[in-house]
Amino acid sequence: MDIPRYWRLKDQRYRLQGTVCEDCGHYSFPPRLVCPNCKSKRQKPFAFSGKGTVFSFTTIYQTIERYQDQVPYLVALIDLEEGVRITAQLTDVDSDEVEIGMPVEMVVRKFYADGDNGPIFYGYKFRPIATGS
Amino acid sequence: MEKVAIIGIGQVPVREYWDKSLRELGARALLNALEDAGRDQIDGLYVGNMMSGTLSEQEHLGALIADYAGFTGVESLKVEAACASGAAAFRQAVLAVASGQKQCVAAVGVEKLTEFSGRRASDALAEAADADFETSLGLTFVALNALVMQRFLYERKVNRDDFALFPMLAHRNAVHNPNAMFHHEITFDQYKKAKMIAEPINLLDSSPIADGAAAVIIVPAKAVNASNKRIVDVLASALATDSIALHDRPELLRLKAVEQSVKRALDSAGITLRDLSLFELHDAFSIMSILSLEASGIMSAEEALQKIKEGYFDISGSLPIATMGGLKGRGHPVGATGIYQIVEAVTQLRGQAPEPIQVAHPKYAMTQNIGGTGATVVTTILKGQN
Ligand SMILES: [Zn+2]
Repeated sequence: MDIPRYWRLKDQRYRLQGTVCEDCGHYSFPPRLVCPNCKSKRQKPFAFSGKGTVFSFTTIYQTIERYQDQVPYLVALIDLEEGVRITAQLTDVDSDEVEIGMPVEMVVRKFYADGDNGPIFYGYKFRPIATGS
Repeated sequence: MEKVAIIGIGQVPVREYWDKSLRELGARALLNALEDAGRDQIDGLYVGNMMSGTLSEQEHLGALIADYAGFTGVESLKVEAACASGAAAFRQAVLAVASGQKQCVAAVGVEKLTEFSGRRASDALAEAADADFETSLGLTFVALNALVMQRFLYERKVNRDDFALFPMLAHRNAVHNPNAMFHHEITFDQYKKAKMIAEPINLLDSSPIADGAAAVIIVPAKAVNASNKRIVDVLASALATDSIALHDRPELLRLKAVEQSVKRALDSAGITLRDLSLFELHDAFSIMSILSLEASGIMSAEEALQKIKEGYFDISGSLPIATMGGLKGRGHPVGATGIYQIVEAVTQLRGQAPEPIQVAHPKYAMTQNIGGTGATVVTTILKGQN
């Protein structure tokens, strides 16, 4: 059961809340105490737009216990338009349709269920943005 | 700082040990190393291990191994740095002797993956990554390396099948190492047909995790007879870190902790890469081998994929790698791997390797132990008496 983790991370998992540096404007996701760019400790919350492109991806065939019932599934590194990279699952897409550079947007989806009777955890995943629309 | 030397090495064969406990494996390797050193006392012990808490419900390995090996009372503790735990423990042992605080210290690496059939090693291994923002979203340890390899294939436009030569070389050398897990060669065809774990990484790109333990005994160099051919000098041991999560690395393909630890190690050893007789690299996945060769400054990753075809990394080549099978052929007993690498390098420098895999007249050896996907890197440089 990781309910405390889930509760603690709700702003990240539902709203992509990270931080922006008040001194140099550097964005961070997940939120940081210290700016990786200028070392400033003046960081304020910032919610990312959730739009970006695929930087790299993989299809997972063998996985950890919690995600056992979901294989195969896609995960990716995604470059958000604000200039931050994030790790997430891809959804609503087949593995042979994914390519590096593909535009994607954030949606809230099921992560996993904690056992048969436990809570279901939700959070960010990314899906393709229909091009030409 | 005192100069330090390795006077003893010990190991148990890398296997799946259903009949041996964590403490038994660790203590056995330690006692083997002491016997090899001709000593029966130590005044310090560092135990490298990653997953004993998760997989064996056993922490506190410092006291456990010291106790079981008959050294109750000695200063002893566990060192953890994911897959780099072994070399990180070695680094602490070197510091303890170099500082003048200790006179005879053991570094033991031990890992036991087969204790619980219900709990899975892949869950424990994933603990090396960022739990909040990688693992809990469904990322596995293999998947993280797959993200790196996929991007590599995209940026460098190389032939994916060229990677096959790295695991093939590792298996070829492992055949002659009695302590290795695998004693069979693999073919190009087998590689091409191997099952995908996380695209594009297949089963034969991945080193097998297994049970194992290895140990070295370290003393001040001035305390030993320099004419003894079995003594190996520790010229350098350098540890560097990088961001734990891949998404925090602006240049994904650049292993900055490898760059930093190699530079520090070469500077403190006072040698150059050209002086190396062999390199025990961290071939947990074939993508890691070539990125390590690149970040170490040996050659570009593309060049490595070409040079291996010409035998550059063979036992008789310009820079032999994975001489005893590497992680792929010897096996990857996670927290013990870094010590196996050092034990193997010492074996080579003493000229005690089995004949088909003995590097000719080796003088300097480099080992490199990588934790996570490059978040902790320990590079060690050793010199034999040749
Ligand atoms: Zn800043």
